[in-house]
Parts: sequence; structure tokens; C-alpha cells
Amino acid sequence: MEWETVIGLEIHAQLATKSKIFSGAATTYGAEPNTQACAVDLGLPGVLPVINKEVISKAIKFGLAIEAEIPPKSVFARKNYFYPDLPKGYQISQFELPIVSTGHIDIQLEDGSTKRVGVTRAHLEEDAGKSMHEGFGGFTGIDLNRAGTPLLEIVSEPDMRNAKEAVAYMKKIHSLVRYLEICDGNMQEGSFRCDANVSVRPKGQNEFGTRAELKNINSFRFVEQAINIEVERQIDILEDGGKVIQETRLYDPNKNETRSMRSKEEANDYRYFPDPDLLPVEIENSFIEEIRTQLPELPDAKKHRFINEFKLSEYDSTVLTAQKEMSDYFEACVKAADGEAKLSSNWITGELAAALNKENKDIADSPVSAEMLGGMVKRIKDDTISGKIAKQVFEAMWNGEGDSDSIIESKGLKQVTDTGAIEKLVDDVIANSPSQVELYQAAPDDKKGKLIGYFVGQIMKQSQGKANPKQVNELLSKKLKS
Amino acid sequence: MSLDKSEVQKIAWLAKLAIDDQDISTYSNELSNILGLVETMNSVDTNGISPIAHPLDLTARLRPDQVTETNHRDQFQKNAPLIDDGCYLVPKVIE
Amino acid sequence: MHLSTLAQLSTALESKQISSEELTRLYLDRCNQFNDSLNCFITINKDIALAQAKSADKQRAAGNALALTGIPIAQKDIFCTKGIKTSCGSKMLDNFIAPYDATVIEKMNLAGMVNIGKTNMDEFAMGSSNETSFYGPVRNPWDKDTVPGGSSGGSASAVAARLSPAATGTDTGGSIRQPASLCGITGLKPTYGRVSRYGMIAFASSLDQGGPMTQTAEDAALMMNVIAGFDERDSTSAEHPVDDYTANLNESIEGLKIGLPKEYFGAGLDSNIAKIVEDGIKELEKLGAVCKEIELPNTQLSIPAYYVVAPAECSSNLSRFDGVRFGYRCEDPKDLSDLYCRSRGEGFGKEVKRRIMIGAYVLSAGYYDAYYLKAQQIRHLIRDDFQNAFKNVDVIAGPTATGTAFKLNEKINDPISMYLSDIYTVSVNLAGLPAISVPAGFSNKLPVGMQLIGNYFEESRLLNIAHRFQQATDHHKAIPGGFE
Repeated sequence: MEWETVIGLEIHAQLATKSKIFSGAATTYGAEPNTQACAVDLGLPGVLPVINKEVISKAIKFGLAIEAEIPPKSVFARKNYFYPDLPKGYQISQFELPIVSTGHIDIQLEDGSTKRVGVTRAHLEEDAGKSMHEGFGGFTGIDLNRAGTPLLEIVSEPDMRNAKEAVAYMKKIHSLVRYLEICDGNMQEGSFRCDANVSVRPKGQNEFGTRAELKNINSFRFVEQAINIEVERQIDILEDGGKVIQETRLYDPNKNETRSMRSKEEANDYRYFPDPDLLPVEIENSFIEEIRTQLPELPDAKKHRFINEFKLSEYDSTVLTAQKEMSDYFEACVKAADGEAKLSSNWITGELAAALNKENKDIADSPVSAEMLGGMVKRIKDDTISGKIAKQVFEAMWNGEGDSDSIIESKGLKQVTDTGAIEKLVDDVIANSPSQVELYQAAPDDKKGKLIGYFVGQIMKQSQGKANPKQVNELLSKKLKS
Repeated sequence: MSLDKSEVQKIAWLAKLAIDDQDISTYSNELSNILGLVETMNSVDTNGISPIAHPLDLTARLRPDQVTETNHRDQFQKNAPLIDDGCYLVPKVIE
Repeated sequence: MHLSTLAQLSTALESKQISSEELTRLYLDRCNQFNDSLNCFITINKDIALAQAKSADKQRAAGNALALTGIPIAQKDIFCTKGIKTSCGSKMLDNFIAPYDATVIEKMNLAGMVNIGKTNMDEFAMGSSNETSFYGPVRNPWDKDTVPGGSSGGSASAVAARLSPAATGTDTGGSIRQPASLCGITGLKPTYGRVSRYGMIAFASSLDQGGPMTQTAEDAALMMNVIAGFDERDSTSAEHPVDDYTANLNESIEGLKIGLPKEYFGAGLDSNIAKIVEDGIKELEKLGAVCKEIELPNTQLSIPAYYVVAPAECSSNLSRFDGVRFGYRCEDPKDLSDLYCRSRGEGFGKEVKRRIMIGAYVLSAGYYDAYYLKAQQIRHLIRDDFQNAFKNVDVIAGPTATGTAFKLNEKINDPISMYLSDIYTVSVNLAGLPAISVPAGFSNKLPVGMQLIGNYFEESRLLNIAHRFQQATDHHKAIPGGFE
């Protein structure tokens, strides 16, 4: 039987605020256990929550970016359950009136087509603390520093049909929250993590199959692996005539398997009700409009602008706008390169991306700044250096040897454009290669282009790559004809 | 609505309350009586009446995003039944 | 001196008739003398109180004294007091030393008041007799075989017996007014949000409100001047301007329109009490007030609605007591569930467990709409009833409680009859209105309170009426035998 996979994601994005959602405790990552858990975060008797305004603005910002409706009234509710990392015995979350209502985002599929994924809602909630199961003997240690950190839970429609789409969606949301500067997106630190609801059904069937919820996946690679392995598991069960049970499962990347989470096994009855310690949040239109004016240019808009303004391909524009830092780098580079966009794009997505990837660096940490790269592109464009020489220049810049102009100067990499000097090189090579000249002149026109390569190569070798290739080509074609 | 013993046990579990077996029937009676009292609410038709969670129709005041708290871990943990290395301890949880 | 009101003590301190330290010792002595028989204190803060008194005396000597500087006060053990045990009347918090001060406590400390002790109360404020306390029942000084009412029973008993000139209380369904009525003192439940709830251990967040329990309305006004006001740490705190509550105490009540809800004088009310309250109302008429009958048609529904809303909120509010970060933890838990279930099962008393279970039930899947939502709809009806009434009258008057103090153990095994006795008080909490109970007379030698209910933020007016009433009557001056 042919099976269809159905995936919905719940992404938890930690909102980048200084203080927690309901208390004035700091949100800094990595503090000593429980040193950033104040009376409110600990749920001491008598304490009360007060909502952080920045959390509301950041959530609305996200809502506007996915073209969602922002309801005029938003209510916090208590989700009641007992767990050691949940100090109050309830999590303050949102249930009936979330801050962000239905929206959508577009993702690019591998075949280049675009798919629209629905966002059911995005709601605010407080993060829980951390349980540490190792290092405390027969006990679990509880650190509540993270308790009360603001989270935006972004719930998608079950619109994705394979792991790759799910990854594309997650990457798009990741890009968006970073563009909006509402979340640092740091997946190692858990600032951006996701739960995946995965089910399979016979192709053509309308009803959804029984789903499993894969908890707390914190990398793009793991999302893909976890979904694929879970789909395999479910199909195996169904093909053996079994039934998938609805449950929470944990992905183990070491074993590449998902397993049932015993601690979350019991069916929970969360008993949601409006938190009586908090009043409804009224979202005035003027507040929304004020936030709208602060919205940066978003990835899709930027992509289209790159296509129009810089005449880049859709593919290049997509790559360059996926990360805000990348697109900022590109624009700064183009500026430094006197507007040379195509070459800048090629260098960023080519040489620079490869170098960054090799050393596992973010573009923000690139040793070659956008201005430096743009300066070099400018020298390619004005024929000071050839593309080939530029690779040497780039490498030198990467190694911290200075900017392109000083490298070109100190290494004597300036291109030879003196016609007399080039002509001499051309004449010498022609004189020293009679058999190649004969071959060339006997060849049909469509083969000539390939054969001329030999002469170019010889000349570049003689000039140590510095002869202007365009001039060399022109002179060669002229002289070989006669 | 009367609550039988199994329902009492279910609620006690939900609320994480250990109840002695011998007390269950007492709870079952008492809770059923209270629910009986509560259900006199049904004598009035409330169709179309909006529920209110607060007595006054006020809306939330929002707090500026500022760090106002400092570390008081030692003081807070004086009340903790069991701690180690700055962490609160519970019997080992298997996930 | 111990029979003095706050107002009188303020004058005595100001005129150097007595020092705060002397005054504090006097009340501490009384506490030590009578607490064994009344059990109204869980903790007596001798050392802290004396230190506060000495510092109050210095403050006064330096010329910086405020109206209540140096005056002893008893705090209900529901308010967190830094460095002092704050038990909420529960085994669960028997070992809990609050690491911070509630806003109310902070304000009283700033005013220079002296915290002589923490008063006994129904466990987590759940009860109307003070019999659910882990620390044993409080006795009513008017008759030690009877209850003082609850949940602020310790505060009421302490003030009635003059072990403290005044006390704080909290009122979720009548917990200030009913014990005030049963002990013959004055108790004001302010408008919801008027007094900060920060640091006041929550029972039912949308109903809880702290307030003064005093000998007179004037004293209640003096205390309100200290504790009322907006608190940025309490999201439900009202930003409404705060009155000077003593400013209008003596204003005439000529022409005041008083509504008498017919539902408050019908079946279920003890006839002696009806008579005493009617006499009280006549007294107000003599002062120029005009009475008219009004209707609060959904009064009967307030009890069932309350017993959904309050348990629902309490079941969630009390989830934080899990034996992990503070409070009681069972011995040798075998696993996490055992830790939770036994710590909570052993740490909470029966009434608390009953309410937690009712609360969990009415919020659980499949029952939410029929119970919780329905109750909140009824709450809307009840609020509307009052607002309709206030279109035609300025205040509403009636009894505070259905009867006088009842015998210890009389109702403890009959929760329903205990719940029903709150009929005149709970609707005020559901609507969030201010209300005051003032002594109006005695029935079989036990005090009877009259309740005045005002519109939102009209505490000043209630205090004014109560004060004028107390100027014209002596009920509030009566002292129980043996405590003179």
C-alpha cells in the first residue's frame, strides 16, 4: 500500500527579552542553578505574575509577519499538571484566546515550487525549568532558572507531507524569528525547539491517522531523522496489521529511534481555565500599528527585491535572504563593490559560504567582512585582478593578511593590461606551438573555442595568471586567424 | 451528580492527593452532596449570559521589560526539604 | 489602656502617655495570658515586636511618626512575613519561614506598626468556624464553647478579647465579615483589587481580598489609609485613586438611600438576628437615612456558584504545595507520584482536600462548561443584580451571618450547612464589592453584626455610615467577660 505522511509542527521560540514573562528575573542562559529563579518563578506562596510588555509586542510582531489576525483581546490560562520542573503545578499559557490567530507562511520545496503552510495559532506561555537526571544519585535535580522564560508556541496546520517539508517550514520560521529579532534562534541552548505531530494514512484517505507527538527536537537534522524514523515505525506497525497508539515519544539521535516517554504516558486532563491572577490583555489597534512600523523587511519581500533590484536568480535570492545576517552581508558587499551584485552573490554563496562551512563559522563571525569582499569584487570588476587571482586574494584576506588592495599590491597580483606586453606573450606562445596552431586552424569553428584554451593556459602560466584574460582571448583569436 | 468511589479515586489522582481507602466512601458522600448543592445552579437559564472570570471588567497592565530581581537562592532554599548543589531534589524521574 | 481603639492609642503615643515598647509589652502580656484559652495566635513575635516597638519609639522621638506608628497589630497567618513562620493554618506550611513580606505587611512596617503575632485561621482560609486549622480551633471570647467564625477567626477573637487593638483579615466568601459579626467587632472587606494580594497566600484569586478587623469603623479607616492602594506586583490591583478614609467619617448621612434586599430577610434568618438588624437599620433612619426594599433575585445562586469558582481556583492555587521547594514533604517517598500524593495527602486537612477535589472535578474534561462556565455566568447575573440595585440606592444593608456563634463541632461534620451559612456574604465577593460588618447588638449574649454593602470603591461611604452608626450606638464598645 502507498502511505501518505501528515506532519504538523509545534515550534517553541524563546522570546529574546531581558526579563521573564511574569517576573523581573533575568533570562540569561547558563547561570548557576536556581540563581535566576526569583520568588515568582519558584511559585512561592503568595506571589503573583505581572505580564512583560515586550513579550506581547514580540508576539504581535510575529503575528504581523505571518499575516495573521491579532485578536483585540488575549487571555492567559492555566494548564494544570504536576511535574517537578513546573513549580506552580500549572503552566501559565493561553488556551481560548491566543495572542496570534490564523496565519500562514510560504516555504520553498526542493523542486523550486512554493507551498503555503497554515499557522493555526501562536500563543504565549512560560517555559518550565530543567530536570537533571544524572549526578544526583537516586534523585533528579531541578534547576528553575529557565522557568518563566517567555515562549511563543507556533502551531502549524497538519499541512506538511514529508520530513523535508517539515524542515523547510521549521527553517523558514527560524529565519523569520531571527529577522524579526524576537528570538535568538540558538538551538543548542534550546531557544528554538519543536515538537512534531506525525501520522500516516493510506494515500487518498481523507481522515488523519493516529498521531505520535515527538517531543523537544532541537536541530533541523534531527527533525528530519526523527520524522523519517517515526514514519517508518508507524508504517511497519500498520503493515503488520497493528494500530498506532496516540502517545508522546522521544527521539534518540544516538540510536536513531523514537521511544515512548513513560513519564508523559498518563492521559492528562489539563483543566485549563482563565488565570484569575491575570486580567485579559487588550490589544489596541494603535499598538498593533506602532509595531507594524517597526517590522523589518521580511525574507520573502527581500527576496523579491533582490530579484528585481539586483537581477539575481530566484535561487540565489532565496539563499541570500534565508538568513538576515547573510542578506545584510550581501547588501553591504554590493555597496562596497560599487553595485556589482551578481559577482558579489557568486562570491558569497560560493567561496565565502564554503570557507565558513569548512570552519563551522556563522557569517557574523566571518574574518572577511562584507566591505572587504566588496572591495575585492570591485577589483575583479575593474579588471585589476582576474577571478582566478581573486581566489588568492580571498584566501589571504581570510587569513587576516589585510584588505584586497593591500594584498594585490604587496603580492604584485595586479593584472597585466598593457597591450604590448600581452601581445608579446601571445606571439611567443604562437611561435613556440606550431603543431597546436596547425590543429587550431584546421579545426571547424565549433571546436575552435575549446582548442584556444591551450594557448590561454600557456599565456596565463607565463604571466603567473596576471594577464587580462579578455585581452588575451581577443588577441589570440585575431592572431590565430591570420 | 453523585461521585462513586472510582471517580473519587480518579479525582484524587488528578489532584495528587493520597486518600486512605477507608476515607473514600466518606469523600464520595461529601463530594456528592457538595455537587448536589452546586447543581442547584441549573435552576436558572443562563443562555446568552457571558461568563465573567473577574468581578471588575479591567484589563491587564503591562510591565516594562526590566530585570529587577537579584539572586536569593540561599534564602529561598532554606525552606526546601531537600537540595544538592543548588538544585531541588525529587525522587529520580524516568523519562 | 488595652481597651483603647487605634485612634485613642495614636493620641496616647503622640502625647507621650505611653511608649510603643510599653504598649507592645502590655499586649504581649495579654497574648501570653489568654492565648492558651483562646488559641487565636499561631505565632507570637515577642522579639520582633519589641524591636519594632523600640524603633517606632525612636521614629516618634525623631518627630517622624505617622498616625499608627508604634501601635501593635496582629496579622492573619495568611500574609507572608519575612523571617517569620507563615503557616496559613496548615501542616503543609508548618515549617515555612516566609522569605519576603506581603505588600500589606510592607506597608504596615513602613507605617511603623508593630507586628505582635500571626493569628490562627481556617486552613488556607477554607472554613467559616476556624475549626479547620492545623493548630486547633480558636475560641470565641464571648463564649469559649463557640466558634469565632472564620476563616479570620484568630484575628476576630484576638481583637474582641483585646489581645491586639486591631488585626488584618482576608475575605474570600465572608472571612472578615462573618467572624467580625460572630465576635462583635468591625470588619471591612474592601473592593476587589483595593488592597494588594501580593504576599497574601491565595485561596481563590478572583475573590480574595485583605482588609482591617478593628474595634471601630474609625480604626478601620485608619488602617485602610495604610494598606489600600495600587501595587504594581499585583496585576489585579486597582489603579483607582485612593481616598483619605478618615476624611468623611463624620459626614451626615441625611438622605442616604439604603436598600434592604428582601432575599436577606426571608427564611433562613434567625428571628432574633432579623430583629437586631432591623433595629440597627432604624438607627440609621434616625440619622436621616431612607430605606427601601430592593431585590437581589439571584442571591440563592451565590452559594452554588461560589462553591464552584472558589474550589476551582483553589485546586489550582494549591498545586504549588508539592513538597519540592518548600513546605511539608512526606517521609521516604518511593517515587515522584508518591512524593506528590503523600506530601499533599498528609500536609492538607480534610476541608482543603474536599475543596481541591471539587475544584479539580468542576474543571475537568467534560464538566467545565456545566460547572465552571455556568458558575461564571451566574456570577455575571449576581453582579448585574447589585448594579441594578445601586441605580436606586446608595448602599445595601442586611445581616452579616444567618446566626450567632455556633458551638464548636456543631457543624464541622456537615460542610453543606456550614457553606449555606455564608449566604449573605459570598455574593459580595462574587461581585467584588466592598462591605463592612458592624456590631449591631446581642442575641442570647452573643454578638450580631449588621452588614453594609457599597458600590465599587465606596469604602469611604461605608466607613462614614458605620462610624455615624457607632457614634449613635454602643454595641461595638462591649467587651467579653473576663477580658475587660
